[in-house]
Order: sequence, then structure tokens, then C-alpha cells
Amino acid sequence: VQGSGGSGGENLKDPRGAFAKGIPRKIFTSLSVPFTLVCVPLSRPSHPLTLEELNVVEQMRVKVDDAQSTVSVEFTPTIPHCSMATLIGLSIKVKLLRSLPERFKLDVHITPGTHASEHAVNKQLADKERVAAALENSHLLEVVNQCLSARS
Amino acid sequence: MAGPTGGARHRGRAGSAMRPPVRAGPGVRAGQPRPRAHVTAGTAPAHAQARGGGRASALGAGVMAAAGAGAEALTASVRDFVSGQQDGRAAEVAAGVKDGRWTVLQLVEALGFCLENTDPRTRGRGIQLLSQVLLQCYSVLQEKEVLHLVLFYESRLQDNHLVIPSVLQGLRALSMCEVLSPGLAVSVLKAIFQEVHVQSLLQLDRHTVYSIITNFMSTREEELKGLGANFTFGFIQVMDGEKDPRNLLVAFQIVHDLIVKDYALGPFVEELFEVTSCYFPVDFTPPPNDPHGIQREDLILSLRAVLASTTQFAEFLLPLLIEKLDSELQSAKLDSLQTLTACCAIYGQKELQEFLPSLWSSLRREVFQTASEKIETECLTALRALSACLSRSVLSSDSEDLLDSFLNSILQDCRHHLCEPDMKLVWPSAKLLQAAAGASLRTYYCITHSVLPLLLEQYTKHTQSSQRRTILEMLLGFLELQQKWGHVEEDESTLLSHQAPVCSVVFSALVDPSVQLQLVGIKALTVLGSLQGFLSSSDLELVVDHLIHLALHEEDSQSSEAAMEAAGSLAPTYPKVFSGHMVPRLEEKLQSGPPLRCVSSSEREESYHKRHSLQQRCLQALAAVSTHTSIVKETVPILLQHLQKVQKGTEAKNTQDVISVCQSLHHVALQCQQDAEGCWYFHQTVVPCLLAMAVQAAMPGGCACLLLLNSRLQQVPFLPLPAESTHTLPGKALLEEDVLAAMIPVISAATTHLSPELAAQSVSHVVPLFLDGDVSFLPQNSFPCSFQPFGDGECLEAQRRLVALLMAFVCSLPRDVAIPQQEWLLQELLALSCSCNCPFTATTAAKCFAGLVNKHPAGQQLDEILQLAVNRMEPSLAEGPRRMQALTLLLWVTKALVLRYHPLSSCLTDKLLGLLGDTELGPATADGFSLLMAESPDVLHKGCHADVRIMFRQRFFTDNVPKLVRGFHGAGPDVKANYLKGLSHVLNYLPKPVLVTELPTLLSLLLEALSCSDRVVQLSTLSCLHPLLLEAPQIMSLHVDTLVTKFLNLTSSPTMAVRIAALRCAHALTSLPTTVLLPYKGRVIRALAKPLDDKKRLVRKEAVAARGEWFLLGSPGR
Repeated sequence: VQGSGGSGGENLKDPRGAFAKGIPRKIFTSLSVPFTLVCVPLSRPSHPLTLEELNVVEQMRVKVDDAQSTVSVEFTPTIPHCSMATLIGLSIKVKLLRSLPERFKLDVHITPGTHASEHAVNKQLADKERVAAALENSHLLEVVNQCLSARS
Repeated sequence: MAGPTGGARHRGRAGSAMRPPVRAGPGVRAGQPRPRAHVTAGTAPAHAQARGGGRASALGAGVMAAAGAGAEALTASVRDFVSGQQDGRAAEVAAGVKDGRWTVLQLVEALGFCLENTDPRTRGRGIQLLSQVLLQCYSVLQEKEVLHLVLFYESRLQDNHLVIPSVLQGLRALSMCEVLSPGLAVSVLKAIFQEVHVQSLLQLDRHTVYSIITNFMSTREEELKGLGANFTFGFIQVMDGEKDPRNLLVAFQIVHDLIVKDYALGPFVEELFEVTSCYFPVDFTPPPNDPHGIQREDLILSLRAVLASTTQFAEFLLPLLIEKLDSELQSAKLDSLQTLTACCAIYGQKELQEFLPSLWSSLRREVFQTASEKIETECLTALRALSACLSRSVLSSDSEDLLDSFLNSILQDCRHHLCEPDMKLVWPSAKLLQAAAGASLRTYYCITHSVLPLLLEQYTKHTQSSQRRTILEMLLGFLELQQKWGHVEEDESTLLSHQAPVCSVVFSALVDPSVQLQLVGIKALTVLGSLQGFLSSSDLELVVDHLIHLALHEEDSQSSEAAMEAAGSLAPTYPKVFSGHMVPRLEEKLQSGPPLRCVSSSEREESYHKRHSLQQRCLQALAAVSTHTSIVKETVPILLQHLQKVQKGTEAKNTQDVISVCQSLHHVALQCQQDAEGCWYFHQTVVPCLLAMAVQAAMPGGCACLLLLNSRLQQVPFLPLPAESTHTLPGKALLEEDVLAAMIPVISAATTHLSPELAAQSVSHVVPLFLDGDVSFLPQNSFPCSFQPFGDGECLEAQRRLVALLMAFVCSLPRDVAIPQQEWLLQELLALSCSCNCPFTATTAAKCFAGLVNKHPAGQQLDEILQLAVNRMEPSLAEGPRRMQALTLLLWVTKALVLRYHPLSSCLTDKLLGLLGDTELGPATADGFSLLMAESPDVLHKGCHADVRIMFRQRFFTDNVPKLVRGFHGAGPDVKANYLKGLSHVLNYLPKPVLVTELPTLLSLLLEALSCSDRVVQLSTLSCLHPLLLEAPQIMSLHVDTLVTKFLNLTSSPTMAVRIAALRCAHALTSLPTTVLLPYKGRVIRALAKPLDDKKRLVRKEAVAARGEWFLLGSPGR
């Protein structure tokens, strides 16, 4: 998902990645919106960058299968020791939970080989109960919500 | 209001200890030979009585006798006021003085008993009465009376503090007297400075003191100046510690006047600075419901006017500004920067010298680091002002030129950042340099001398197009500044010496594959072209080549449009080059295009497509470059010739081609409008030519097909013409609705800006053409048969369509142009609009009629023609085959009259309201309300000189919405929707602020409308509710239950637009108070899960946004 625009239609012309391989147009396009809204607070909070702008989430690492109702997102932390990795993964997961129809099964994990504690983070993100518990924590929920609030 | 901020100034004050004994100055007192008051307050009341009596004999014993009759009434009034506490008596007493029933002197006598009373309250009451009377009668006082009153009041200043407010009021009244003897003003002020501790008084009384000072300053300037610095010092003591914003505004004004009117400040400059600067930066938030309406901005501006009014403050002010600029507070920074800018208007090198390094480092730090655009802008403005101030100062021969060293430090700190086009400091540095360069010609010269070569070198050094783009954009910024200075001898050397490299850089950008770089290059080209004498003639030819290439062959439409626009803006500067080089080349391309190769059908198709798009580009470019009359004279014939050619074609594609030519002609017409000569040329050339072509096309012979169609249609009355019937008429491209609709704006734009004389000349040809068939003024005017658009006969159907062109012309004329045979024309139009079977022709005739009626001067003639129209409409409206035509006419005439507030409009509107209940015409009438409210593109708008009152929509709303609501409640179930639809059209066009105030009364109706099954009603109701949700959440939250239910229901509407609007409203609901919404959160989130899986992307997008926002409701971190 390059650029920050919401028009997913254009991106489909891109022959790279999974999208050229017969994946229904419509599902990808509904996905292009949520990601533009995922922001992470950076050192200069007046100019938050989106995850696409940071290349944390890329179009070719998002796989959608409409027929099977599955969505798989690989994200790439900016550095191998990024302490925000879990938070980013959680934010992506929450955003997808809120933005996709219930029939979809979600899989959010780190791009293999890009983070020091890849497996631990992946395990956390895959564990439904831990995700639910994390969202019970009001402090954590606050940070996630801040990430998901639309840019001012 | 925060008072003086910080104790620094008080400490400083104590240290400076400059309080010369103003009051004790014996010289001052000795210099004032004056009769000191006979009365010393409170101590010797008997004297007061004696003095009063003495004054009476001195002032006029004669008056006493005359007024003797009133004396008793006066005494009674005084007693009522003083003892009876009846405030109303003051007005009576004052009226008596004005009438001459008694004099002020008699009043003083009558007051005698209480002025000498030992109770200060009674004395206060007495003086209050006197002061109130004086405030009303000060203009009728005699000089001598004033003298004695002044002396009396001065002495009273020493009286009990309860009395002081009234004494001050009296002095204020006296300060407004014109007959005040010389010397008295000074004596009053001295007495106040000496006797009154102003800051211990109430706000109102302090304000009175300021008013006295202001009054004296405006009338007795010379006398006050005689006081020297003592006056300034006295005032400093008066305002020291003031806290009320109302008083501060006055006090600041006084200080400003002190400085500007050149009162002696003496040794008190620093004191005066401190007593005012302690409020800087102003920190004041007006209390809610403040009746005085003083805004923070008022205080800021008046304080700034004081601080920036004199160079004497510079040594104190500049450190203060630097200190506040370095603070954390955003508002303090802004205020400091703006004050600095204001100061630069009067400061010189001397004042600034010492502080330049710290000012520059503060400004640089802010621009490099700030996240706020506003602060950045203000910093740049301040830097520009500083540089301008330094370049303005006259140098003495031996002093160092501060400007040079200042600019050098800027260059030193910024220049190297320009070499790193990827780094984030590159733009702040460029902006700083450009701000400094924009200050004066000298700064521009100095900065560009160093920066231009650097940028040119960097451009060649960097090869990535994104980096080149950044560098070129910076270069463009400097080139744009050059425009500001125009053509100056000294400066030629800077830019001209780099002429060749600049040109080559810009040209290389134009051929770069990156569109973004091309766009910057085109902009730079425009700027270079506007610099006189910069481009040589060979360069210009190159420029034209580039522009043609970009305009015609560049794939990206952005670049091509930018190139056309650039050609348009350069053409007026170099008309010869463009008409000599560009126009012929475009003409050639337009006529030839790439050859059609007929190898296979698909290739043929492709090559046709290429040729077509090239022609389109040529047409657009020809229009864009027509920005100078001499060029217009070349391009218009080319366009007309091309139009002749394509309208003869037989293919369906030709329609589109004809429309394209018309669009280009329209573009040219708009560009000619401001230029009288060009406008007349265009009108004279294009209008007859278009008319001639259209008339030729409408001649019988070639239009058998159309005839056949129409005669068949007549047998099936009241059926809209099928869409196909207007297409594919061989050779009749010009008569198609789309084409005629494209010709209307051309003729209209060519007509609106004509001068009345020329318009009259033209109208004398065009109207007879339509009424009498007088074709003599058309070029190629030999037609096979006569032109009678208003004649009877079936074969004239094609000719009637040309009424559209008549409408375009006659409805665009300036209002003061008389139309020959107007009554006849109106009757013909009326007849045509009611009798014609072709909806296009009938509607056009109705529009033309309405356009003329709207501009027709009021009077009997107008009433007659309107009566005629009504008589004609009514029977057709009631029944018969032409109800629809009659309705169209009614709608347009109503619109024409509503726009001009004609009295008949309400009668016609009522008729429309009645038709809403008609089962057959109801829906069309409801849609007609949108026609009434909307801006019509071709007639009845401001651009074509129609009589449009600004508030007509609001007026229509207030007049008719109650009737609509009533109609709705009374209507049967099958026509209810019509009323709602009409209402929602009216609401839709109402300005949003009016809507928000008016809507709450209609809310229940709108909520009902949401349940209406008509999707137009649903859609427009949703769009009415959306702004209301955002702007009147309190009212809306009363209906939250209904709103949530209805919105959620509508998210599953079969119409996509309704689903989207409903989701937007559901999103907007989140701006209601959270507590109201929380009970619905779960339900809404569940319901919004369904549209997440909608089959349309736009719906899913809205659903995602709305659902996300609902999730955040009441959740931490929202």
C-alpha cells in the first residue's frame, strides 16, 4: 500500500505481490483504508507517520483470500530490536478486527527474519486470549486507540 | 486580566528612584496666579454659602429675578434628589438649566444646604446632582461659571473618599467645556495627580480620570506640553498597577498619544516603558458573556502600538522580545515576533545593532525547529522586516554596514544546508534566505549573488529527479522574488550573468521523465518569461517548442495542462512569438494529425484514437494560448474553420468533436471578456458564424428523418423524446441537444461583457433574424428557404430548436440594453413554450421567456405580459396533453420572479404548492423546487446580468416552508412524499449557517422524512441532518434514539448513495455527547459490522470510518 491515499483501485495495477494472482479486487480495496489510519507516535508528534510511510506495512505483504475468508498481514519492524513491535502488531490486529467483517480469520505476524524476538511476538499476537486480555488493560487500550485515531 | 506580570519592574522602579517632587515644585505653583478656592472642604461650610452668594451677585443678579419663579421648583427637586434619593430628579434639573428656567448658579445655591452638611454622604449626594447636571449641560456654561466650578471641584478633591467619584464626574463634565480658561486644564490635572490616589478607586472612577486626561489631551495639547515631563510622570503614577482591560485600552491610547504627539518624556522613558511593557505578552481571556466585548486581540494590538511607537524604547524592548521569543509559550513567541516586525518599521541600524546576533539566532532556531507553521511564517516576516529595516538605514561614511554582516551570518548559517536536498533543514534554510532576499533590492542582490551559483552547481551535481526538483523549487523561489523588483539596471548583472545556466537547467527539467520535475520546470519557465529581457528571442523559440511538445505529446495530463497554462500566461508578454510560432504549428497539427493507417481494424481504431486525442490537445492549446487580442484574431478563425469541418461529418464521434470545439471557443471567450476590443472581435466573428452554421443545418431538406420522428411523436402526445431520436441525424450534429447546449455558453460568454452600445448594435441584428427571418447579417447567407423559427408548420421543428441560441444571446445582454420588439418576442416565446411538443424546445423557450421577464423593467407592460402568461398557463395546467410544458413554463417564470422579489411570485409559488398534491404532476413539481433554488447554468444567474436578490433563498424559505409543512400534514398518503421532496430541495440549497439555526423547528418532520421510501427524500434529508449533527449536537441528542434506529435501517438501503449518506450520519453521530451515545454503542457496532462486508468499496470505506469512531467512544485514548 504505497502512498497514503485511500484509493485502492490504483494500487491494483501494480503487478507485484499477491494481488495480481486472482484475488478479488474488492477485499483488497477495503483493506487499503484501515492501514492509512494506523499511526505510530514518533519523536515529533506533530508529524505522525503512517505505517505505510514507514514501510512497516507493505502491499505485497498483505494476503487476502476472500473465498476462504482469511487475511494475513506481515509487518516489518523498523529495526530488529524495535520495542514497539508488539504494540504495532496489536494495533494492526485491532484495526482489522474493527474494520473487517467477522467471517475473516486474521493472522498478523512479523516478516520472518526481521525482528530479534519474532517468535515471542508472533505467539502473543496469535493468542486470542492474550489479545483480549491486553485490550482489557486500559492503559494499553489507550495507546492502541491513540494509534488508531484518525490524523488531525 | 492578569496585572503587571512579574515583580521585576517594581524592583527596577525602586532602584531607579526617579520621583522628582512634581507637586512641591514652587515654580509651577507660582506660575499660576489664580484665585484659590474660597472653600476648604468640609471645614468651613459657612464660607461655601457665602461664596455661593457672592458668586450670585458676581454672575448675574438680573437672571435671578427672571428665574425666581422656578426657584421653588428647583429647591423641591434638589431636596427630592438629595434627601429623597430620587435619581430621576437630576434629569429634570438638567432640563431646567437647558431651558433657562434656572441657572447652574441657582442650582449651586439651592444645593447650599447639603454642600455644607457635615455628613459626607449628603455632601456626596449634592455634588453628584451637580455633576450629573453638568454632564448634560456643560456646553451651555459661561467661561466665568466654568472657572468657579473648576475651583470648587478642585478643592473638593481633598474631601472624603465618598465624595470623590462625584467630584471626578464633575471634572469630566468640565473637561469637555470649550470655554475652559487657559491654565485651568493644567491646574485640574495637577490637583488630580496630587490629591487622588487613582489606583485605589473603583474601575469606573479610574476610567473617569482617564477620560479627563484624554479630553484635555485632545483639546489643550499645548497647555499640557507646558507641564513638561511632569505630566508624563503624573500619568505614569495614575496608570501604574492598572488591571482592568477596559481602562487599559484607554491608558494605552493615552501613552501612545503621549509618544506620537511628542510630549516631553524627559527622564521617564524607562518608567513609561515599564509601566506598559509589564503587560507584555498580553495574557487575557475574556470572561464568558462579557458585555464589554473586549478581546485579547484588542489589548495585544493597542499595547503593540505603544511599544512599537518610539525608538526610545528599543534598548529596553528588544531584550524583552528576545527573552519572550526564547520562552516556551507559543502565544508569547507569536506576539514577540509580530511586535518585532512592527518595530522594524521605525527602527534603524542604531537601535538594532547590539541585538542583531541574538535576534538572528532566535529566529533561526525557531524556523529550524518549530512545528508550527504560524510561527515559521511570523519568523520569516520578522526576518524580512529586519533586513528591510537595515537596508533602509542611511550609513555614515565611517560606520560598518550592518546589513552586510547580518546577511553574511544568514548565508553562513543557511548556505550549506542547500547542498543537502534530502535533509530536513534544506527548506527552512531556503525560506530564511528567501525571506531575507525579499526585503530589498540590496538584500536580493547580496543573497542571490551567493546562492544562485550554488544552486545551479548543485542541480548538475545531483542527478536524482526528486533532488533536482527540490533544488529547482528553491531556485524558483528566488526567481519569483526577482519579479518583485521588476526590471532594474543594477540587478541585471546578478541574474543575467547566470542567464545561460539558468535556462539550461530549466530546459533540462522540461525534458525530464519525472512529471513533478516537469511541473516545477514549467512554473520556472513562466517566471523567467515574465522577467523582461531575460529570455532572448532564440530562447523564446525554444520555450515555445518545449511548450508545444509538452502540451501536445506529454502523456501526463497534469504536465500538458500546466504547459498550456504557461503558454497562456506568457502569450500576452510575447504575442508575436506565440502568434508567429505556436499558433501555426498548432493549426498544422490540428488539420493533419498522424496519418490514418488502415492496416487492420484494431490498428485503425488505435490510430484514430491517437489522432483524436491529438486534436483535442490542439484545440485546448489553441484556446489556452488565446490570451492576447492579436492571438485571438488568429486562433478564432482556425477554431471556426475546424468547427465547419467537423460538423459536416457523419459519424457519431463528430458530435463530441463539435462539442470540443465549442468548449475551446468558450474558453477563448472567457479570456477575452476583460478586454473590450477582444470581446467585440470575438462576438462579431463567432456569434454570426455559429448562427449561420446552425441556420444552415436547420434548413429543411436534410432533416427528413427528424421530421418523420417528430410527426410520429405528435401522435403520442406528452412523451419525452426518446434519447436516440436526437442522435445520428446525418449532417445535423449541430442540432443535437448536447451540441446546442455547448454552444449556449459560447454565445453567452461572448455577450455578457459587451458594452451597451455594441450590444445594442448586435441585438438589432439577432432579434430580427428570429422574428422576421432577416438573415442578411449572416455570412454565407444564401439559404434554400426562409428561417421562421416562430412560424407554424411541422417542417420548422428543426428551426425552432435554435431558440436555444437566441436564449443564449438575448438573456446574457446587459440589463440596460433595449431589445427591439420585445413584447412581440415575448409573446412568440410564450406561445412556443406552451405549444411545442419537443421538450427541449419548449423548455428553452420557457427559459428564454423567464430570462427576459426577470430583466424587464417593472410596470404596466410587465404586468400585462405576466397576466398573458398566467392566462395561457392555467388552462393547460388544468388538463390536456401539454400539462408538462405548462408546468415547465410555470417553474421558470416563478424562478424569474422569485429572484427579483416580484409580488406575483408568491401567487405563482402557491400554484406550485397546490400542484404538489396532483398525482400526475406532483413528483415533477417537487423536483422543480430544486430548479427554483439552484443556480441555473445558462440563464437567470448573476453572470448574465439577471436581477438576483442576495437573500432570495432565505426569503423563499421563510415564506414557503410553513406552507409546505402544512401541505404535508394535510396531504393524502400517495402525495405526502412530494411535499417532503420539495421541502428537502429547499433545505438543501439553504446556506448551511441558516440551515443550522432554522432546522430544529423542522426536526420532527425531517425525522419522519427518514422513514419515507423515496430515496431522493432520504438522501437529501440525510444530507440536511449531517451538518446539524456536527453543529447542533445538543438539540440532536434529544432525538438520539430515533436517529440511531433510522440511520442503521438506512445502511441497508438498496441505493448506494443512501447507504453512504446513512453511514456518514452514523459517523457524525459520534460528535454528540458521549454519555448520550454510550447506551447505543454495542448495538451500533454490531449493526455496522454488516456494511463492512458491503459489495461497494465506497460503502465499506464509510463503514470502516464510522465503526472505528464508534469503537473509540468512551474508550481511553480517544
